[in-house]
Amino acid sequence: MTQFGQRDSWIRELLAEAGQACLDDAGVDGSDVEHLYVSNMASGEFEGQTGIPNAVAHDLNALPAYTARIDQTSSSGGAGVYSAWQSVASGASDLTLLIGGEKMTHRTTAEATDVIASLTHPAEYKHGLTLPSFAGLTARRYLHVHDAPRESLAKVAVKNHKNGVDNPHAQFQKEVDLETVMESPIIADPLRLYDFCPITDGSAALMFCPESVAKEYTDEYVTIAGIGGATDTHVVHERMDPTVMAGVVESGEIAYEMAGIGPDDVDVAELHDMFTILEFLQSEGLGFFEKGEGWKAIEEGFTDRDGELPINTSGGLKSKGHPLGASGVAQVYEIYQQLMGTAGPRQVEAETGLACNVGGFGNCVITTIMEAGQ
Amino acid sequence: MSDNSPMEAARYPDGSILYPSHPVGPDGNEPVETVDLSEYTAEVITWTSSTATPPGVRQPNHIAIVEFDVDGEPVRAIGQLTTDDVEIGQTVEPEYVEQLREPGAGIREPESQAWDGYRFEPIE
Repeated sequence: MTQFGQRDSWIRELLAEAGQACLDDAGVDGSDVEHLYVSNMASGEFEGQTGIPNAVAHDLNALPAYTARIDQTSSSGGAGVYSAWQSVASGASDLTLLIGGEKMTHRTTAEATDVIASLTHPAEYKHGLTLPSFAGLTARRYLHVHDAPRESLAKVAVKNHKNGVDNPHAQFQKEVDLETVMESPIIADPLRLYDFCPITDGSAALMFCPESVAKEYTDEYVTIAGIGGATDTHVVHERMDPTVMAGVVESGEIAYEMAGIGPDDVDVAELHDMFTILEFLQSEGLGFFEKGEGWKAIEEGFTDRDGELPINTSGGLKSKGHPLGASGVAQVYEIYQQLMGTAGPRQVEAETGLACNVGGFGNCVITTIMEAGQ
Repeated sequence: MSDNSPMEAARYPDGSILYPSHPVGPDGNEPVETVDLSEYTAEVITWTSSTATPPGVRQPNHIAIVEFDVDGEPVRAIGQLTTDDVEIGQTVEPEYVEQLREPGAGIREPESQAWDGYRFEPIE
């Protein structure tokens, strides 16, 4: 995983940096990679660079591997995990390298917001809908229906920034207090600046293979115990309950069933906190808490790093940053570190971990459950 | 109510009405007729006022999700508000606007879609 933040490197260089680090860590030569997937939302729109799987395969000497770009907007990383898992589970590949990345910070906030908002339906786009505005709409409804205090959302930001202090790859390794969050500028009422993730450059990579192959390289690895993907409406307002993300619910149920576990068996989770409200919606949709109860968990410290279910020990997208195509890969990398016992000061006790990567405003969702290898 | 372009929703064989329309509805069938939502009032489900707007969009941009009641059938829509002096549960009516944002200022190809539509005006 590369440093997340404002980087001088462009997309090809970011992807190659994370990819080479992954190859070195796994002890795999590039030429032995059979499939190479690149998770990326918009390198053409952001940078004018297309064809990146081929470019990166050449840069990593991963020829003649089969390559493909995986675009599922903000959940491109999770979708890449799905494709990489599928390539191994189907028997098509014995060594699959997945690299997720995005280069965004050379664009203004308005331009980057527009590139991301281009995923919306024409009926939404013409009204100037953005992902942050969907978050504001949803947060207001959530607070209204569940009689939740505004401060509960701010506490998500406080918690995740605190976690990010111990993540050397995070964009913001700096705590923020409740007052700072509550007094920061309004971005999409009732949400304020610190309720939103930043615009970020960065890349992360993972190596996938059958357990039999993994054992040729190492005694320590993590397995994908369950994975599920689901899609909700493209037009967000057609969802009759704006505070429920059906894609989260559906993908979670598929992943739980495949893993043969339930929400109570999860020890640590990385959720897609692109906006603070999303941590509540996902923690409820995945069954960690009852509907409308997610806000109480943050108030009670249940999801703190030393709580009963630590959520976003990496700092989350909120603190670590959100280079679109990299985020889902980086979430899985954090769970990998937690299960391997290599998370350093962020380490929690965990045998089973979950990552939930959200595209659009819950339009596409990938949930991945991992366990330490036997 | 307006004499301008209709706020066109589609009714499907199962009775459901969707705005915008889709080639097939929730029951998997094609729409059987159109419904002009500009002839109805709606209730505010939620709203926001966005200050970080993309190129070509007014700042701040007040937006609401509203629900129409078309003869007992609920129909949701999203759109700009004429004001941020609004509350959840308030009644609004559609008000036609020739250009909701500046075509070509953003990334979307100007010719690929319409740019006119309806803002919601609180009336009660």
